[in-house]
Amino acid sequence: MTRRHRNRAALIFALSLATLIVLAASIRFGAIDFSVSAIVDALASLLPNRPEPTLDQRIFLELRLPRAVLCLLVGASLGVGGALMQALFRNPIVEPGLVGTSSGAAFGSALFFVLGGVLGVGQSIWSLPAAACLGGVLSTYLVFLLARSREDGRASVVTLLLTGLAVNALFMSAIGFLSYIARDPQARSITFWSLGTLSGASWRAVEVVAVSTVAGTLVALRYAKQLDALMIGEEEATYLGVNVNRLKWVILSVNVVIVAVATAFTGVISFVGLVVPHILRMLGGADNRYLILGSALTGATLLSLADLIARLSLRPAELPIGIVTSAVGVPVFLLLLRRRQYVF
Amino acid sequence: MLEARDITFKVGDKALVEGVSVRFDPGRLHLIIGPNGAGKSTLVKVLARLLRPHAGQVLYESSDVQRASEIELAKRRAVLSQAVEVAFPLTAREVVMMGRHPHFGSRPGATDEKVVDELMEFFDVTEFERRDYQTLSGGERQRVNFARVLAQLWRPTNSCRYLFLDEPLTFLDIRHQIEFMKKVRAFADAADVVAVGVVHDLNLAARFADQIVLLNQGRVAATGSPAEVLTRERIRSVFGVEPTFVPAGDSGLHIIFD
Repeated sequence: MTRRHRNRAALIFALSLATLIVLAASIRFGAIDFSVSAIVDALASLLPNRPEPTLDQRIFLELRLPRAVLCLLVGASLGVGGALMQALFRNPIVEPGLVGTSSGAAFGSALFFVLGGVLGVGQSIWSLPAAACLGGVLSTYLVFLLARSREDGRASVVTLLLTGLAVNALFMSAIGFLSYIARDPQARSITFWSLGTLSGASWRAVEVVAVSTVAGTLVALRYAKQLDALMIGEEEATYLGVNVNRLKWVILSVNVVIVAVATAFTGVISFVGLVVPHILRMLGGADNRYLILGSALTGATLLSLADLIARLSLRPAELPIGIVTSAVGVPVFLLLLRRRQYVF
Repeated sequence: MLEARDITFKVGDKALVEGVSVRFDPGRLHLIIGPNGAGKSTLVKVLARLLRPHAGQVLYESSDVQRASEIELAKRRAVLSQAVEVAFPLTAREVVMMGRHPHFGSRPGATDEKVVDELMEFFDVTEFERRDYQTLSGGERQRVNFARVLAQLWRPTNSCRYLFLDEPLTFLDIRHQIEFMKKVRAFADAADVVAVGVVHDLNLAARFADQIVLLNQGRVAATGSPAEVLTRERIRSVFGVEPTFVPAGDSGLHIIFD
């Protein structure tokens, strides 16, 4: 047991290092590369009593850097969201993108872009994330309501996935319609919502996503031990002193908030939440505190890596990041579906 | 002491358990028997506070169980179920350690590790310690779970400890059933332990129980010692089979069914 703890601590340390290395690479390389000294100069220009930053330095400070940081935060959110969903539904193949949370959040944000101006809401930086959360809650609730069986009120995973598919399609077509009638350039791009991209990154987005990611992860960590008990079943967890209903509400809310806020700024990025907890479980077991922390770090690292690939493969143009994550995620998903080790 | 006072539990309009009042004393093994659909499992779940009765009260040492906090209750009440499915790869030791959850804060301490060691030894599952629970056989799993449940009830508190068994023998072969019941019997002998279980096999119930509660259609048909409850007329009317009683040495009666 203690040896396992040490192993997990070592893993978390290694993952943190990996995150830093990928962060360094992602601020250095891109449409244009910045040398280490250029990066240092650009950062130094922020210090007081320095000359105004040059154009290159401003590109670095206002585009490259926030994008890299946002990518870490969004990756962490999706990783944690996946870990929480899987723990809650006791199933390794659910993730936020599959049960409608992401597409609902994307719909909420698209609606905000199209109607926000008309209705005169949306002056605060929290309006967009709030709209995304509403959409995320709506779609997630819809999926669980529709997937619930009549007999025992519980959702089988097959029904859950199929319902998720249908609800995703519904919200994506609604987004298509909104994009069609939209005037806002961001909302007009349907690829933005359906495939995800970090090209719209800004410090404002970083600010908002940082709050939801950090707060959500901290709350989730507090409930990690209760999620552990849930691994042996809802009844058994109740016997161990866990208030399962309260746990479900807390975890679902945390999940919807962190995933929806991330989606509001980047569109739907699928499969990160699916793959990340799975890798971690293979490396260090199913302990949820390790899983949540590790998923935050691994999600951040993998999404940054995916973003780096998206930016470098067609330089100076870029791929939507969702294409990269799906290319890796879909095979893993299919593999998991075909394995009989898990109870569906 | 555990007492059920006039318990009724319904699903929709149908009462699964109706007007049940029973007393369960510490230091004795109480087994609930009855045909399918008699409400045995439901009654155990109400007694263990998984289900809240629509009417009536469950009293743990004369205080209403609904008033206890979740954690406080979890330290003195444990339930062994039919079969526990684990959703993710967990080692057998991690499953046993779950039983210590109500007792430790964020990480298990030295006492928790020691309790787990001892109980895994006692249930002869130490060799599976690092094995994935999902790869164990039904009998091995049930031993691991029994170790987990007793880890939850370890050590004596200043109040009674309550052990519930919800058809724990379902997936065990006959040898494991008997070994299992012997261990339950031994634990139930402790003066501060109230043990209440559901079993299907009338012979096992007759052999191991101090008190038998016979349920039929959600109501108590009879309570008392095995010899008092298991009469020819009752078995015939409640279970719908014709029994033949065969004397069987010091372990009491054997019943053969027609």
